[in-house]
Amino acid sequence: MIGKLDDYLRFNETALSLRSQRQELLASNIANADTPNFKARDIDFSSALQGALARATNSAPLATTSGAHYPNAKAAADGKTLGDGATPVLYRTVTQGAVDGNTVDMDTERTQFADNALRYEAGITMLNQQIRNMLTAIQGGQ
Amino acid sequence: MSLFNVFNVAGSAMSAQAQRLNTTASNLANADSATSATGQAYRAKQVVFEAVPMESGTGVKVREVVEDASPLKQVYDPKNPLADDKGYVSMPNVNVVDEMVNMLSASRSYQTNVETMNAAKTMLLKTLTLGQ
Repeated sequence: MIGKLDDYLRFNETALSLRSQRQELLASNIANADTPNFKARDIDFSSALQGALARATNSAPLATTSGAHYPNAKAAADGKTLGDGATPVLYRTVTQGAVDGNTVDMDTERTQFADNALRYEAGITMLNQQIRNMLTAIQGGQ
Repeated sequence: MSLFNVFNVAGSAMSAQAQRLNTTASNLANADSATSATGQAYRAKQVVFEAVPMESGTGVKVREVVEDASPLKQVYDPKNPLADDKGYVSMPNVNVVDEMVNMLSASRSYQTNVETMNAAKTMLLKTLTLGQ
């Protein structure tokens, strides 16, 4: 039964967790808008979500015997992946170069930040609705 | 919970930008200070930002405050007690226009980071309503 509930909520839960991690990446970009040589970074959300879902559904993940295997704590510490050690963090393509080597485009970052926050809240609303549906089912519509 | 880390990241940027605003304020305040504790004219100060990896995400801090090495302005004013034998006084190398631009940029960056923090706060509050 509990496993069924997990399955039922898994999609939105995984999406929310990725959204919150992406929000932090975007916040880092905005915070470093004036830092020389800072390179703006982001994740490819749809492929990240697919990967995270595949890992979450896989009930028996492979055991890792070496630091070079995924999920990789070292890669996460180096900032090459998100905290889960598997989602790659990519560098943004530069549209207009700056003399100080900084690649943060404030317009892109701000729109992505607002978009991500809105989608996060949408995810919360959908998760709430799922919980409400499940409660209705449990209570037999009383 | 990575959303809480947004507070750390945006907070580090806010204190760095505040420090930048502070140096701008002292540069503007001392734009005419012909002498100081060292006996030399005031030299403009600038902050150097550096990205610092945090728990997760990247914050920012002020690595150092550097003094502007460009030559001091030479003003002809023979009546000034600080004038040299040719009548010139060394005045600070503060460029007021540069400092005004710096001030605007720092204050806008600060505002952006406040909004970043506010957005994270709204998201966390929304998360608290789950299941209600």
